[in-house]
Amino acid sequence: MTIAQVERDHRASIETTSETAPSVAPAGLRLRGVEKTFGKNRVLRGIDLFVPAGQFLAIVGKSGCGKSTLLRLLVGLDQQTGGTIAFEDGQGQEIAPNSRIVFQEPRLLPWFDVADNVGVGLGDGVARADARRRGEAALAEVQLSDKAKEWPSRLSGGQRQRVALARALVSRPGLLALDEPLGALDALTRISMQALLARVWQELGFTAVLVTHDVTEAVHLADRVIVLDEGRIIRDIAVPQPHPRHHGDASLAKIEGQLLEAILGER
Amino acid sequence: MSILDIQGPARTFGADKPKTFRLPKVDADRLLPFVVPVALVGLWQAGSSFGFISDRIMPSPLAVLSAFWQEAASGDLGHNILVSGARALAGLAVGGSIGFLLGIVNGLSRLSERLTDTTLQMVRTIPHLALIPLVILWFGIGEEAKLFLTALGVLFPVYLNTYHGVRNVDRDLIEMGRIYGMGRWSLFRKVIFPGALPSIFVGLRYALGIMWLTLIVSETIAASSGIGYMANNAREFMMTDIVVLALVIYALLGKLADVVARALERWALSWNPAYQR
Repeated sequence: MTIAQVERDHRASIETTSETAPSVAPAGLRLRGVEKTFGKNRVLRGIDLFVPAGQFLAIVGKSGCGKSTLLRLLVGLDQQTGGTIAFEDGQGQEIAPNSRIVFQEPRLLPWFDVADNVGVGLGDGVARADARRRGEAALAEVQLSDKAKEWPSRLSGGQRQRVALARALVSRPGLLALDEPLGALDALTRISMQALLARVWQELGFTAVLVTHDVTEAVHLADRVIVLDEGRIIRDIAVPQPHPRHHGDASLAKIEGQLLEAILGER
Repeated sequence: MSILDIQGPARTFGADKPKTFRLPKVDADRLLPFVVPVALVGLWQAGSSFGFISDRIMPSPLAVLSAFWQEAASGDLGHNILVSGARALAGLAVGGSIGFLLGIVNGLSRLSERLTDTTLQMVRTIPHLALIPLVILWFGIGEEAKLFLTALGVLFPVYLNTYHGVRNVDRDLIEMGRIYGMGRWSLFRKVIFPGALPSIFVGLRYALGIMWLTLIVSETIAASSGIGYMANNAREFMMTDIVVLALVIYALLGKLADVVARALERWALSWNPAYQR
C-alpha cells in the first residue's frame, strides 16, 4: 500500500498545481456480500471487496463470470439482489455515489457534434454554452480539441471512444467504470488508448474499475487485478510496478502468467 | 463517406493507365432527369401540331401555356392556387399534429399504445375517400369537409412512422442518457425525438402525397374554388386546356412540397452520413 500512497500524494500535488483539472476527490468502494441473481441463475455470489480511493482496479475472468454484471451494479445500472455497495471518501466517510461509465461501444448521440456529446456528461441543468466550453476543455485532455465541431460519424473508432472518455470525465466523477472500453478497437489504437487512459488516470486521480478479457491490458493499466469465476473472487493480485509501464516488461509478464493460470486453471 | 461512394468508378489494377475518353460527367448528371419529360412534351407538341392528337381529347402544350397566361392574367389562377394551398396546409397541420402526438405518446407509453393502437389500425384500413358521402352529409360542401378528409388522410402515415421511429430508437443510447442523468424531457429532446426524426420525415413525405390526392378528389367533388374546382368547372365547358393546366399545376405543387420536405430533411438530418455530401 505504501507505493499506492506515494502515488496518490504525487497525484494530489499535480491536482493542486494544475488549473485545467479541478477534480472531485476519488471515491473508495466497499462491497459487502454482494449478490445478483437473474431468475435461478446466481451471477454474483457474495462479493466482498474494498477498493481504496484512487486505485485502478481491473476485473478479469471468462465470459459469463459476472464481471460486467458487477460493474453495472457499481454504477447503478442494475440493483444487487443482496449485500451492500457503499461509496466513501479517502477518510472512510460514506459519500453519495458519483460514477461514470464508458461502454465497449462509444454510444455517442449521432445528431450532436463532438463538443455537445461531451457536454451530455455534465447532466441536465447546465447551460449549453457552459457545457460546450467545459466539453472542449475535456476534449483537450483526450487530445481531440480539433474535433469539437465534427459529427461523431466522421471520427474513427478510437477517436469516438476518446470522446466517450471525455464525456465520462467532464463531470469529474469519483469513480470511472470501464466496460471493455477498448474491446472493439484494433491492436495499435488500443495500445495508444491504454497509454491515454493511464495518463488521464494519473492526472485526474479518480478511482478506476476496468472490466476486460484482455489480461495484458489489465496488468498494463491496473494497480490491482482480481479474477472472477462463477460469481466469486478467486484471485486478488497487486501490480506494484510504477507507471509508465512498458509492453513486454518481464515482471508484468510474470503477473500476467499467474492471472492466466488462475483464469484457465481453476475449475 | 456515403453509400454512393461504393458505386464510384471501380478501381482496377493498372488504373493509372492514361484515360483517353471522358464524358462531361457533372453536366450530364444534372440534365439527365429532364431528358424524358422534355422529350415527352416535345412529342406531344409535335403530335398536336401535325394533327395526330385531337384538341378535344388533349390540347397542345402551347394551348395549355396560353390557358395559363389567360388564367394568370385574370387573377383566377393565383386565387385558386392560394385557396388550394391553404386547404392543403391546414389539413396537414391538423392531421399531422394529431398523428405526430399519437405516434409519440404511443411510442413512449405501453398503456396508451394498448389502449388506442388497435382502434387506429382499424380506422386506418378504411379508405378515407370512402367517407366522402358521409362527410358531405355532415359538413355539406364547406371548408370543414375538405379539412376533415385531408387531415384524416394525413394522420395515419404520420402516426405510423412517428410511432415506428420512437420505438426503434437505439436502446443503448437511451440507457446511456438515463445513467448520464437525463430527465424525461431531456431524454426526449436529446435522444428520442432526434432518433425518431428520420422516420418522421418518411411519414411526412408520404403524408404530402396523400394530402394532395385527398384535396384534389374532394375539390373535384364539392367545392366552389380551388384548382380542383377550376378543373371540374372547365370540364362542363369542354375546356380541355384548363383541365390539363390544373393537372400540371397539381404536379408542380406536389413536386414543390416534396422539394421543401427534402430540404427540411437534409437540414434536420445533416448529422446523418446518408445526408452528407
